[in-house]
Amino acid sequence: MANEVVLLDFWPSMFGMRVRIALAEKGIKYEYKEEDLKNKSPLLLEMNPINKKIPVLIHNGKPVCESLIIVQYIDEVWNDKSPLLPSEPYQRAQARFWADFVDKKVYGASRKVWSTTGEEEEAGKKEFFEILKTLEVELGDKPYFGGETFGYVDLSFITFYSWFHAYEVLGNINIEAECPKIIAWAKRCLQKESVAKTLPDQKKVYEFVAQMRKRFVSE
Amino acid sequence: MASSATVTANQLIIMAELKLFRTWSSPFPLRVVWALDFKGIQYDTIFEDLSNKSSLLLQYNPIYKKVPVLVHNGKPLLESLVILEYIDETWKQTPLLPEDPYERATARFWAKFGDDKVLPSIWNVFIKQGKDQEEAIVTAQENLGFVERQLTGKKFFNGETIGFVDLAFGWLAKLLSLWEEVCGVTLIDHEKFPLLSEWIQNFADAPIIKESWPPRDKLITKYQALLEVYTSKEAPK
Repeated sequence: MANEVVLLDFWPSMFGMRVRIALAEKGIKYEYKEEDLKNKSPLLLEMNPINKKIPVLIHNGKPVCESLIIVQYIDEVWNDKSPLLPSEPYQRAQARFWADFVDKKVYGASRKVWSTTGEEEEAGKKEFFEILKTLEVELGDKPYFGGETFGYVDLSFITFYSWFHAYEVLGNINIEAECPKIIAWAKRCLQKESVAKTLPDQKKVYEFVAQMRKRFVSE
Repeated sequence: MASSATVTANQLIIMAELKLFRTWSSPFPLRVVWALDFKGIQYDTIFEDLSNKSSLLLQYNPIYKKVPVLVHNGKPLLESLVILEYIDETWKQTPLLPEDPYERATARFWAKFGDDKVLPSIWNVFIKQGKDQEEAIVTAQENLGFVERQLTGKKFFNGETIGFVDLAFGWLAKLLSLWEEVCGVTLIDHEKFPLLSEWIQNFADAPIIKESWPPRDKLITKYQALLEVYTSKEAPK
């Protein structure tokens, strides 16, 4: 049976972007289906009845859900090139830990930066920078979180970079001033074709987020 | 844990190089206990008092300051499900995850669903009251319905034997009935959730699980005290 790969996704989703980068890294041909999250397709509801969320990877008709689980699946199935996770168990555990840290911490804090105001927003900004600084310490002097090469942790976090401009304008913050190493790392990642071709234009993302903000904040 | 009387020199070295930081009652470190016990791996246990964390724990887990921490050859591993995958990759006997990538992805999905959705929704039933609790019950039972269907045609989530997802849901097998007793709400009854009810029995009866479970009366006391803290925080309705 031919390898049929379909990705249900939403263009500004930093979670969907992770899967797109993984697919690009492995050179996998796939059909991209854009979802309207206000009007979810029957296919999405059938393939992810539990969370009803994107991204969903459909491989030969079978759905895989949750971006990091999808990325690990892609790495295990297409294991002939561009490994995303390290091969040594302790390094794999470290990679899983840090990707999980990004999942648990970055989204929640960043959301407060663009969707709240006043005290809640200030607290969100403080938290956001604390998290980024923790990641800076983990990065250290390495070119990538994965060491010499771009890997799982880089992939899990770089997608948030496409939202940084939105955070900066809406939150009135300067990420490069606070976390220069993170910005340097992000620019390094953007030199990779899979990343550069996947990440949407930051201005386009800003417009999208600014629209969304109106639902939460009256200005 | 196995008796130390018959360990070989090799096992002594391994024992000295594998340490598990846990508390007497937390279900997350118990996942690691079960994984190691199922694989017949020897290890040292260090019991932590979370109100007075040891400097070693804070050194090994500065970010979350939590248990479990598994230290192998001096290197710390954090987050129970990450630790389980590490154990499975390092010691190949009695595999916890299936070999097939699609089945592995499915197992990871359900373990994550358990931690992200099922556990918080059930905890909400435990700590809330009145209308909030009624709403929490609806959400919890919806989540449990998804889990129930996963057991169709299977004794355990892993099939015939206990595996990754079973260990991830282990807290459900042992803590749920306890919480139900303490807060007076029944979430899982045999009629609505026949497969889950049977799984709970099968899992709880497994010798390794039975042997390692903290004493029930101590757990009841702990959760009764916790519930009192939450109910005293609630504003009068």
